[in-house]
Amino acid sequence: MRHPLKWAVTVACTLLLCAPAVAADLLMARVNRLFPEAMTLLQSSISSRGYTITRLQQVNENLERRAFKSDMYRVVYFGKHEEVRQATARNPELIPFLPLNITIFAEEDQTILVASHPQMLQEFFPDPELKPLFERWEKDMLEILDEMRETD
Amino acid sequence: MVASRITGEIMLKRLLFAASLLAGLGISSAMAAPDGAQLYGRNCAACHGENGNGGIGVPLALPSFQAGISDDYLRKTIHLGRPGRVMPAFPALEDAEVDAIVRYVRSWNRGISATYSAERVTGDPAHGRKLFAQYCAACHGAEGEGSKGTGVTFSRPRDLPIMAPALNNPGFLSASTDAMIKATLMRGREGTPMVSFIKQGLKEKDIDDIVSHVRGFENHPLSQEVTTAKVDRPVIAMDSPYDLNTTVENVKRAVNNNNFFYGRVQTLEYGMTSPANENQKQVIVYFCNISLLNQALAIDPRVGMFLPCRISIVETNGKVQVMSVNPAVLSRLFNNSELLRMCDELSKNYTAIMEEATL
Repeated sequence: MRHPLKWAVTVACTLLLCAPAVAADLLMARVNRLFPEAMTLLQSSISSRGYTITRLQQVNENLERRAFKSDMYRVVYFGKHEEVRQATARNPELIPFLPLNITIFAEEDQTILVASHPQMLQEFFPDPELKPLFERWEKDMLEILDEMRETD
Repeated sequence: MVASRITGEIMLKRLLFAASLLAGLGISSAMAAPDGAQLYGRNCAACHGENGNGGIGVPLALPSFQAGISDDYLRKTIHLGRPGRVMPAFPALEDAEVDAIVRYVRSWNRGISATYSAERVTGDPAHGRKLFAQYCAACHGAEGEGSKGTGVTFSRPRDLPIMAPALNNPGFLSASTDAMIKATLMRGREGTPMVSFIKQGLKEKDIDDIVSHVRGFENHPLSQEVTTAKVDRPVIAMDSPYDLNTTVENVKRAVNNNNFFYGRVQTLEYGMTSPANENQKQVIVYFCNISLLNQALAIDPRVGMFLPCRISIVETNGKVQVMSVNPAVLSRLFNNSELLRMCDELSKNYTAIMEEATL
């Protein structure tokens, strides 16, 4: 091989061009499942990637207690202890953004999931040591939402 | 001859090597044209519905919508979005990916796709302004700001009518040609409240005047659309002169004094490890104002990811700080002008609570 560099560049460019598209500012998925079923699938998808679900914030119940009408609505918080400990030790200002979370709410007989791009944190915390972590969170979040879409 | 055969063999080997390398990396399928259905599912379906039947976004499969818009309008809309009106821009999508989405959206179209001239329509904008006030402003707003609200309502029934779009929006004005606006005014959009103004008795000249007025919005942009400004700091943070426990108690008190109710106090690591192992120097006070929450969800139900309100109290090397997410980060993500106003309020609330707690 006379020009191994050329080949490597070609392959690298191909990989870049084939990278999955990143949506604008929010990650969203519409799932063709009723809320309770989608909720179970979401928790399973999160756990299967090694995250611990730390809290299920019950939003609709809080609204209903004050007589505001609401359909099913939860915020699912999750994280990996060591990751969170190490990242916040490097930069305590990350704390307000953690644990990671996914919002899930009923939209009639379907369910909508919303999350922010973890990679967005890179813009605010441009620490090269944190970059691989943000990328890993981004990849996991994309996979979770893809998996949810594919359950249709 | 022998030399050329050897050269040919070398070339073939290289090609095979490259092909096997790409296949081994799982690239072979990705090398094909982008999958429009998959891209639509990932980027558009949540708002526009799996089958383009709408909900949060415009019902893209509506026959009159399909008949009235051009492929170029769709492409530009995907690229530019509608600043401040929820529909985000997708700058990261490649042209080929946008084309694939457009082809997929067009697969619902039973008719011929419209194409429009890029030429400007000549009309009398002053007369157009009067007609706009009479015929259009009730739905599209006096200054073309669109109907009130954002369209992102909670479990909104996915039947028509749809929201009147903001015409005074840089995304709309860039995506639409005068000819397209004129055609929409003349034909209306069946299945929506947009009627044909020819059938309402206007002449073609009147419609040209309205188009000139709408095009004139380019010179009078609405200031509230600027929601994508760069955020200086991702968090609001203040030093506390008190120790961690005292600061936590101060935050709880300040929360109540500022019309919120205090919900709970937990460490950041709560639930991720055993209680004995949690870092007790990273504490979060969660709080809420249900009425405010209800308002926020009415503006945009997706804001859940920032719920409930929270202020973190952190001790690092003996120094105590209180901090929260800067709500401006939030409004930037949602591309929602109405949410921007609420975020400004929330920002003031957080600052007031933190100031009081650290006074």
